[in-house]
Amino acid sequence: MFILIVGAGRVGSAVAKQALADGHEVSVLDQDPLSHEQLDKDLVDTWEDAGGRFTVGTALEVDALREAGIEQADVFIASTRGDNTNLVVAQIAQRRFRVPRVVVRVADPARAAWYRQQGLQTICPTQHAIDLVKEAALAPLA
Amino acid sequence: MPRWPEHGTERRMYVIIAGAGKVGWNLARELLAKDHEVTLIEEDRRRYLVVEQELEHAVQYGDATELWVLERAGIQRADLVIAVTGDDEDNMLICQVAKEKYLCRRIVARVNNPRNLQHFKLLGIQPAVSATDLILRLIEHEVPQYGLVQLLALEEERLEIIELEVADEAPAAGRRVEEIELPDGALIISVLRDGGGFVPKADTVIEAGDEVLLILDPGLEEAITPQFTSAGAAA
Repeated sequence: MFILIVGAGRVGSAVAKQALADGHEVSVLDQDPLSHEQLDKDLVDTWEDAGGRFTVGTALEVDALREAGIEQADVFIASTRGDNTNLVVAQIAQRRFRVPRVVVRVADPARAAWYRQQGLQTICPTQHAIDLVKEAALAPLA
Repeated sequence: MPRWPEHGTERRMYVIIAGAGKVGWNLARELLAKDHEVTLIEEDRRRYLVVEQELEHAVQYGDATELWVLERAGIQRADLVIAVTGDDEDNMLICQVAKEKYLCRRIVARVNNPRNLQHFKLLGIQPAVSATDLILRLIEHEVPQYGLVQLLALEEERLEIIELEVADEAPAAGRRVEEIELPDGALIISVLRDGGGFVPKADTVIEAGDEVLLILDPGLEEAITPQFTSAGAAA
């Protein structure tokens, strides 16, 4: 599959490397050129030598999305630091570029839930943390 | 009772404004002065404290992209939601949830970067107002580069109203309206001459220096402009 990831933070870059290792075609878009280091880390060669693509640009720039290959993407992952950027760019990928699978990271549980109802595949790390902490902390003491 | 006033009737509206920058603060002042009920939402604590000195309970502190902040402001009963923060993503999402989750009938969004206008349209956020575009329109009106000013684009209705100044050697100058070659879908609706305006008839003679208003289907500008500019005389 061709996977486009917007936002090369801890989550985005880790998923990018895993996808590349699994034999997928992977392109990463991030506004910070330094985020490239996040991708090179732990690799023997550079990200490009390993076969990955990297584009510098902001998520809402249509030209940057095109350059990063959104028109060929089978999977689109929005994993920038900002919920609002993720929610907007995910909808652009889904509605304008008709990417078949769109996954979006949303830290705010309330909006993650509502946008999921609207047909976006949202992932809410905060909700997972809440569930895990509740489970760990509220279990009866032995 | 209708949630939105009929034309010409004054009714008190409940308006939520996101973003207490210059635009948001002044909008709040104007609407309060017109006796509407207003809640302004500002996420910057220091800015909030400044604005609160004047507007008191009409301003709330919080991030208006968060659902609980909008609900605390009473979005369920809002007649109008205006998103004028300095961040286009925020403005888009505030208006999107106002419209689709809380079924608010009227929204207005500010576009900070005109290149983002396409995204507002994609998400169905209308009207989306760009100050840059408005100022460009004014500049074009004062300094018409092509002698053509687009006055109004009725996107839903797919019609435009444009204004043209008739050049000295233009094909239309000195001709009757019925003799001017216009494509189907274009109509001269008004002539401005000597400081006054009138609606022309088929036998009205268009003069050089007139400003004419046309209503047309979108995309016909290029076919129409040569009739009113000197460039069209050579053709």
